[in-house]
Formats: sequence, C-alpha cells, structure tokens
Amino acid sequence: MSQEMLYCAAGIALFGIGMFGVIVATHIIRKLIAVNIMGIAVFMVLLATARHGAVTDPIPHAMVLTGIVVAVAGTALCLWLALQIRLLGRGTKGEPPR
Amino acid sequence: MFLKLEFKENQATSGELSTTTRVLLAIAIVALGTSLIYAILSAGKAPPDLAAQVAEKLDLSGVGNPVTAVLLNFRSYDTLLEVAVLLVVAVAIMPPRLSSSAGKRFLFVNDTHNPHVPDPILLNLLKWLVPLAILLGGYLLWTGAYSPGGAFQAAAVIAGAGVALSLGGRHKFAWEISGVRLASSLGLLVFVTVAATNAFITGTTLQYPIDHASTLILLVETFTTVSIATILLLLFAQLKSLADPPGEMHQ
Repeated sequence: MSQEMLYCAAGIALFGIGMFGVIVATHIIRKLIAVNIMGIAVFMVLLATARHGAVTDPIPHAMVLTGIVVAVAGTALCLWLALQIRLLGRGTKGEPPR
Repeated sequence: MFLKLEFKENQATSGELSTTTRVLLAIAIVALGTSLIYAILSAGKAPPDLAAQVAEKLDLSGVGNPVTAVLLNFRSYDTLLEVAVLLVVAVAIMPPRLSSSAGKRFLFVNDTHNPHVPDPILLNLLKWLVPLAILLGGYLLWTGAYSPGGAFQAAAVIAGAGVALSLGGRHKFAWEISGVRLASSLGLLVFVTVAATNAFITGTTLQYPIDHASTLILLVETFTTVSIATILLLLFAQLKSLADPPGEMHQ
C-alpha cells in the first residue's frame, strides 16, 4: 500500500466520522464541526489522488486551495447564522436579545 | 467563545437518536467507507493526464508555478467565481455603514472601555510579528509566480496577523467605514475589469495575451490578496464581537 493510498484511506475514514457526526449530533456547532471534518476529508482525498508517481496534478491542488478559503468563509457564515438563531430564539421567548 | 452557546430549543425539538439507530448508522457508514476505499484502490490512473497538459502549456501562462498557472490563467474563471462567493459571504456578515464613521481610521487603539488587560509580552511580540507577517504575505504573493505561494496563501497570512492583533486586545478595527467595502470588493472589481478589458481587446474574456500575462496575473493577484485578507479578517472580527459582546467578557 503506497503512501498516497494510506492518505486516501485516512481521508475516507475521516469522511465517515464526519458523516456520523452530522447525523448524530444535536448541537448545531457540533454539526458544523462535523461538516468541516467531511470537507477536509474530501480535500485530503483530492490531494492524495493528485499524485501519480513523481508528477503532481496541479488541478486538484488549485481546487483545494480555493476550496479551503471558501470552506472557511462558509463556516463563518454558518456560525453567524447559528449565533443569530440563538439571539433571535431567546428574543421570541420574551427575554431580552442579549 | 462559543462554549457558552446553548441550543436548548434545538435539542428539545429534534432529540437524540437511539443506540440501535446509531449502531446501524455506524455499520452503514463503515460499509460506505470500505466500498469507497476499494473503489479508489481498484481505480487506475485518471485517463486524461491533465498534469502533462498543464506542463506542456506552462510557457503560455506567464508564470512558472503550475498551481498558479491553473488558478489564475487556465481556470481563472473558477477563481473569479470563488472571489465572488467570498464577497457574498462578506456582504452577509458586514455591519451597516455608519455616517458618523467618516474620517475614522481602520485600525485604532482601543483606550475606552477595555475589560481586557493587554498582555505586555503579547503586545511586544505583535510589534515584531505583524510587520513580519505582512512582509511574508508580500513575499508569498510575489513568489507564487514560480514556486508554491500566491494570493490565497498571502491573504491567509495577512489575515492571521490581523487576528493576532485583534486577540492582543489593544487594537480594534473599524468595520463600519466605507474603505472596508472598497477593500473587500476590490479583488472582484479588478478581476472583472481585467476580464472585460481583455474581452474588448482580444475577444476572449480570460485568455490573457502571452506578452502581458504575467503582469495581469500579478495585478489580479495583488488586489485579490487585499480583498481576501480583508474578508477573512472581517469574518473573524464580526463573529468574535457577536460571540463575546463587551459586557460579557469577564463572566
């Protein structure tokens, strides 16, 4: 089993862990962390499969590079929405928003 | 900062899964993972060898680093859309612009109402670290033309310096000034302008003429770095200010 295959297998294992977390977790932040683990697993598999012997395929690398930044932005947006849910959720019960 | 969050309503409505469901789910996921590993192990090389195609056309791209060539020349349409996605997220999170903020500076020293006692060691470290990070960002941007590096890495390093500065507790950023809007949209604006000008002159939107390719790529990368760094820092700062508002810091 080559090094790339080991990385692939680890990435798929991480993907499984993340998927389990998304379905099982009830806390919204836990779900978000699980989604992130799934995303990073996909990046890992992409990077590992990009290598064919000595040559490295630059296209998956470019995709992962922009993907990381977009994933960070998406996570920030989700956190922002989660915080808004919390603030508004409290507000509807007659408590002050903060 | 998110440890204090409780989503009680959420937990009450959805409820936790039973142990049987969890075990079945775990078995299903393990089966899926095993079949995926088997699929990757048994799959051969990808038939169209894109690496060879990129290597063959690298001389036409204007840069020497294949990843940068793919990002900003061969597949620059993708990168353009990624920058647009980042801008959409920034617009969603951006605070409203205040008319009273005219003439305010972006980075200012937070003297009034500061519950944190600034750590002198951290502040002295930041004096060295922040200029060094900005210098490193510029280096990464420049070196992206022929070795690993580029706009995204440079922006991440510069945004990291901003995060360190805001965690130091002494400095604050004024996100409500109009310069922030300009800085976060500058990358997309320059990218689209380059594409449109190119379309008028050569007839194709993002296929740069070979003589000017490296100049155009550097131009786009520089402004994209500014935008991505601003947006990443904005995301962090806004979430931080919402998650621990000034009054709750010492609880």
